[in-house]
Amino acid sequence: MLDVTDLHAHYGRAHILQGVTLRAGEGEVLALLGRNGAGKSTTMKSIMGLLRPTSGAVRFRGEDIAGREPFEIARRGIGYVPEERRIFTELSVLENLEVGRMPAREGLAPWTAERVFALFPSLGAMRKRPGGRMSGGEQQMLTIGRTLMGNPRLILLDEPSEGLAPVIIERMAEAILALKREGLTVLLSEQNLHFARLVSDRACVLEKGAIRWEGRMEALMADEAARAQYLTV
Amino acid sequence: MENLLVQGLSGLATASSLFLVASGLTVIFGVTRIVNFAHGSLYMLGAYLSWTLVTQLPRGHLGFWGGVALAALIVGVVGVLIEVLLLRRIYKAPELFQLLATFGVVLIVQDVALLIWGPQDLLGPRAPGLRGATMVLGVRFPLYELFLIAVGPVVLALLWLLFNRTRWGTLVRAATADREMVGALGVNQRALFTTVFFLGSVLAGLGGALQIPRESVNLQMDLVVIVEAFVVVVVGGLGSLPGAFLAALLIGELQAFGILIFPRITLVLAFLVMAVVLVIRPHGLLGRAPSTAHAAAAPEPPYLPASPWRRWAGLGLLLLAVIVPPFLGDYALIVFTEIAIMMLFAASLHFIMGPGGMASFGHAAYFGFGAYGAALLVRHFAAPMELGLLAAPFMAGLGGLVFGFFCVRLSGVYAAMLTLAFAQIAWSTAFQWVEMTGGDNGILGVWPSAWAQSKLVFYYLSLALCVGAVMLLRRAIFAPFGYALRAGRDSPLRAEAIGMDGFRIRWFAFILAAVAAGIAGGLFAYSKGSVFPTYMSISRSVDGLLMVLLGGVKTVSGPIAGALAYTWLHEQLMRAFDLWRLFLGIIILALVLFFPQGLAGALGRREGRS
Repeated sequence: MLDVTDLHAHYGRAHILQGVTLRAGEGEVLALLGRNGAGKSTTMKSIMGLLRPTSGAVRFRGEDIAGREPFEIARRGIGYVPEERRIFTELSVLENLEVGRMPAREGLAPWTAERVFALFPSLGAMRKRPGGRMSGGEQQMLTIGRTLMGNPRLILLDEPSEGLAPVIIERMAEAILALKREGLTVLLSEQNLHFARLVSDRACVLEKGAIRWEGRMEALMADEAARAQYLTV
Repeated sequence: MENLLVQGLSGLATASSLFLVASGLTVIFGVTRIVNFAHGSLYMLGAYLSWTLVTQLPRGHLGFWGGVALAALIVGVVGVLIEVLLLRRIYKAPELFQLLATFGVVLIVQDVALLIWGPQDLLGPRAPGLRGATMVLGVRFPLYELFLIAVGPVVLALLWLLFNRTRWGTLVRAATADREMVGALGVNQRALFTTVFFLGSVLAGLGGALQIPRESVNLQMDLVVIVEAFVVVVVGGLGSLPGAFLAALLIGELQAFGILIFPRITLVLAFLVMAVVLVIRPHGLLGRAPSTAHAAAAPEPPYLPASPWRRWAGLGLLLLAVIVPPFLGDYALIVFTEIAIMMLFAASLHFIMGPGGMASFGHAAYFGFGAYGAALLVRHFAAPMELGLLAAPFMAGLGGLVFGFFCVRLSGVYAAMLTLAFAQIAWSTAFQWVEMTGGDNGILGVWPSAWAQSKLVFYYLSLALCVGAVMLLRRAIFAPFGYALRAGRDSPLRAEAIGMDGFRIRWFAFILAAVAAGIAGGLFAYSKGSVFPTYMSISRSVDGLLMVLLGGVKTVSGPIAGALAYTWLHEQLMRAFDLWRLFLGIIILALVLFFPQGLAGALGRREGRS
């Protein structure tokens, strides 16, 4: 599904990604772990085309999409859920979903506002509410729903658990598992190891802009040395 | 009573016309964040095109309304061409650069219109079916004006439906808030921007096309309309359609009744309203504070002391400026004097724009204050030149003290518009207070003292004062005061957190820039021997902006190079070509597209490379 090879990216002169290589198979939930500043968000932005990679390849379903514009990448079936959520605060819940809507994709049941409300029932109760007057958890659900409206095959989730109450985090994990059951591929960037463990099949650990550890999620949980080296603060 | 009713109705008709133009401007600004100076040119094109079409097409309903609609659509296509060929390349450039580019379009359109339609005013036919007058509440009122009154609310309603009830409108509102996110959701925002530009241009074209039965079509419409549209859009709140409608009503009625109540200050009224609104509500009547979350600009490069190369170049230039003039004729001396004065004017504007980070659209006000400060002393007290040259900076500084107190509280486009409003107030005062200023006839006989009568001596005097003042401004940029000013520009909160009073620092910088512009204005008055309201006009403010932007805001030597290049170029083009605006416009566009750093910036890059 997604095949990233030796990806390099810069912010101005700062060399942030120094050769990231990772792959996510169809229907897999891959956790992208690492400390603050390791390059998780930058990896996601580079895949999405929001930051132009300096070198390296991003293959999606066999096609190299590195250097393409974000809207072209989105139209090929990659959905992006940004860390800062970036809800359109003056648009209602329904309008936010409308912005994300794209034509149905072959082999996938098309997403509608009603399906999003079935996944996140609390959103269904506030269809006309402006995005700016919602709680953080509701905004997080809306931003995921908005991306789903584009009928993605792969979804990039950037720290969806950040700043949420434990109850909401659990609901978020259930939603991600529901998406996985539908066959969606997920690249999940996380700092919350507990949350990542609930939903992920495999994990990649980033440090200083490169992948330092890769393997099954259970293997990471068993490897205390690796966790201490790359994750514990 | 009847008179009041007629005035009120005419005010409504004016408001409708204003709203048509302003709605297009505000829609374009909302999405692209571009302050489109060329919007008035699109309006003018709409008027000219519909004049041609309506007079060529067969008479009757189809000929008239078809011509109007076709003109609006053609203007829409012209707008798309401007967006695709020019603006699309500079969306990421600084605001003022985009403004400069659209001003280049204004110049080009002016001369193209002159070529096609000639300089004379054109009178359009009246609208079929709406020729006569009707009785409204017992007074006769023209039918066409009634029709215009209806057009405004209808267009507002249609636009509201378009933006709130269609997918396109939802996407546009989303892009207004966060363009990048809309792109990441699969929307081709470039195509979206182009359609928005098409809509805005059609509205401008329609506004112009509907004017032909009402008033003559002429080459001055573009700037008159754009200034009024700016006022409406800013008073209403940038990007707000209902705000623009409300503001259009307010300004339209004010103009209608202003003539009855304050016939002497009609020109000032709209700008007074704008100033009052901006002082009380800094983002306009219905505007909101712009979201800056995803608009983080690249950090400003620090100013560097001049490189040895540049120091020598500057010294060489100064040496030439001292040695060569005795061998020149009077005409060349006049040009040289003007260049020296414009260097100081540009440097003073750069002082608040560059290190201060505040855009001013009305810097000519302080230039004019200087000129009038000197000239009024001459006219009313027969003061000698020495006293006049002292009064110039004092008067300008006083103006900067008062206007700056309000302007430096705002930022971005709103600050720029408030400076424009104050400059227009100053200009209108000079224009309409005939007893004091002589009005449009100006003040004549402002000649230098006997010892400075010769062109050469006056040139040296100007050179000494201007170079001295420029060096002092330069000194201030590299002094602790300049550091504090730049700290406040780059990071206002952090600067305040370490104990700097941002407001007072900016205010002082504003006054300093005004004083320097006043010296330039005073010298200019004595070099020309006369003072006119045009010294404070928008076009002089724009000249100043062009000089600074041509030279480059990001270098200290930029305004010097810009003033030199612009004044020289302007002079040469005016002498050599009838169509100098066309050439100047093309040069500006070329500069914007190929040297986005300005002249000094481009030179700097070359130095860096070698």
